[in-house]
Amino acid sequence: MNLLEVRELTTAFSARDGRTLRALNEVSFDLAEGEVLGIVGESGCGKSTLAKSVLRLIQSEQGSVCFHGQDVLQMNKAQLKRARRSMQIVFQDPFGSLNPRHTIGQIIREPLQVHGIGSTRDQQRRVDELLERVGLSADVQTRHAHEFSGGQRQRIAIARALALQPELLVADEAVSALDVSVQSQIINLITDLQAELGLSMLFISHDLSVIRHVSDRIAVMYLGRIVEIGEADALMNDPQHPYTRALISAIPSLAAQQAVRIVLHGELPDPSDPPEGCAFHTRCPQVHDECLRRRPELRAVVRDTLSIHSQAAHSSACHLNESTP
Amino acid sequence: MPTEPLLAIDGLSVNLGSAAVVRDLSLQLNAGDMLGLVGESGCGKSVTALSVLDLLEDSPLRISAGAVRYQGQDLRTLDAAAVQNLRGNRIAMIFQEPMTSLNPVFRIGDQIAEVLQIHQGSTRRQGRLAAIALLERVGMASPQTLISRYPHQLSGGQRQRVMIAMALACEPQLLIADEPTTALDVTVQAQILELLDQLRKDTGMAVLLITHDLGLVRQYCDRVAVMYCGQLVEVGACEQVFERPAHRYTNALLQTVPALNVPGTRLPAIEGRVPAPGHWPPGCAYEPRCQHVVDECARRMPPLASSVKGVRCWNPAS
Repeated sequence: MNLLEVRELTTAFSARDGRTLRALNEVSFDLAEGEVLGIVGESGCGKSTLAKSVLRLIQSEQGSVCFHGQDVLQMNKAQLKRARRSMQIVFQDPFGSLNPRHTIGQIIREPLQVHGIGSTRDQQRRVDELLERVGLSADVQTRHAHEFSGGQRQRIAIARALALQPELLVADEAVSALDVSVQSQIINLITDLQAELGLSMLFISHDLSVIRHVSDRIAVMYLGRIVEIGEADALMNDPQHPYTRALISAIPSLAAQQAVRIVLHGELPDPSDPPEGCAFHTRCPQVHDECLRRRPELRAVVRDTLSIHSQAAHSSACHLNESTP
Repeated sequence: MPTEPLLAIDGLSVNLGSAAVVRDLSLQLNAGDMLGLVGESGCGKSVTALSVLDLLEDSPLRISAGAVRYQGQDLRTLDAAAVQNLRGNRIAMIFQEPMTSLNPVFRIGDQIAEVLQIHQGSTRRQGRLAAIALLERVGMASPQTLISRYPHQLSGGQRQRVMIAMALACEPQLLIADEPTTALDVTVQAQILELLDQLRKDTGMAVLLITHDLGLVRQYCDRVAVMYCGQLVEVGACEQVFERPAHRYTNALLQTVPALNVPGTRLPAIEGRVPAPGHWPPGCAYEPRCQHVVDECARRMPPLASSVKGVRCWNPAS
């Protein structure tokens, strides 16, 4: 059963010079209950815009975001408020996302108050419970955000996100600002909570190795579009899109010195003026004439070796994949 | 006569008031070397970089012991003109924050050309042409138009690459790169590191790469030095340290990386957190978080045998 069905979602911004920047372009995907979908891509690919568009924190131009079958983009204010109880987000910057004037107790209690859930005593019990669950002692409640390290602040942000028992958790670069040893603690916390509470997650990161670790499926974005999506194993072990291959090859591996690295040349094109045809053709090592003319659609990858189910689950938007039988 | 190393850091200690920030750190770099200095925030790796260039003057940090020698010469014994001649010319640095390191009121091209005008007596026109070539080398599209832009018109990644172009302008013999690619996308990061690798092969430039990214060090450096609480805790050849880490901290740090774990499994995290300067334990700094403590650990600080290959641990992994 799908918790979330996103169809043709398009979000545009107007740039200063009057041009429109389509940060998100006809993006479609499903998210099943209890599933973790990793979204990876480089700066400007639209992954954060996707996070905010799904929660309707910013307004999209076109498309639909069906949550439990109801389109979030068509909801009125009251409906949206109710839906948002079940959809929460953790941001990258644990310094900017916690109110510096409030105590930690107030920060975690606020969502419960806004939605009028429980008596004061119930709320207090819930705050104690949440703090314990994210590995903080109850006595931090009277303190302020500036007294905590980055990792602890992220624990606080997670406690706040869980206060309303959401079904969908969006993590937007939630572990990217943390040191290696702290990062693994927070990754463990998120994956534990996800499994325990059966959360559906959109896990957004530029770090493919983190994405690989937490995700059931992975979507790779480039200039506002999904260029490849599939089950984590299939996508990492047998990437189809040349961009995915370059991205995997560019991760500095710890295992041993890599013999061959695919090094891309050229710049990421201006997102407000994307190239004609395939948006990746300006940097693609396998570019050919067709790529300049026509934009490849996202199509199921056909392979003999895999089951029908896996084939349907893996799609790539590249002309090379279209021509191979 | 034994040849002097290009850079010798010898027993360097840096203090912030009464608190130590860097403790008795020794490292050596020869021409063509690429050494990775790794550690988590607050371990003192950036302060070490600033000390090498003698750039602590405007900060509350003070070198309390030790020396930094460049080709045998202590930078602090040189006069201002001689230091000026080295810095930005023979020794270049790439700083962490590209937003604050560029002058907002000058065009990109002029800022790069200025380095060449000061150090190599280039004319404005020569400087301009060199700036275009440099921007091309760091992988930027349409450098001809970029040189007349101001820093605010560039993205973070572009600004960082302008900084890198400036650092490389005079073909330095020693490059100190403090998290040079942390703000950049992985595909651009790969492009920059391939360039640095090429330059060291072509010109014999030595690189001190300061980073928290262990994979980057594994891929591009010959040697690695691991810092914890202001000290080197392990130093050696990359192959050795990454494949058979001896210090318990290095070992734990490597095990915690997602890429080396089975997807979906719990990561072997290091519990607790890095103690802040001024709160460092008297014995081994890692003792409070270590899983392999012996009696000696809390009592006495373990020594580091040498600045080339060594482990600061009473109970190293064998």
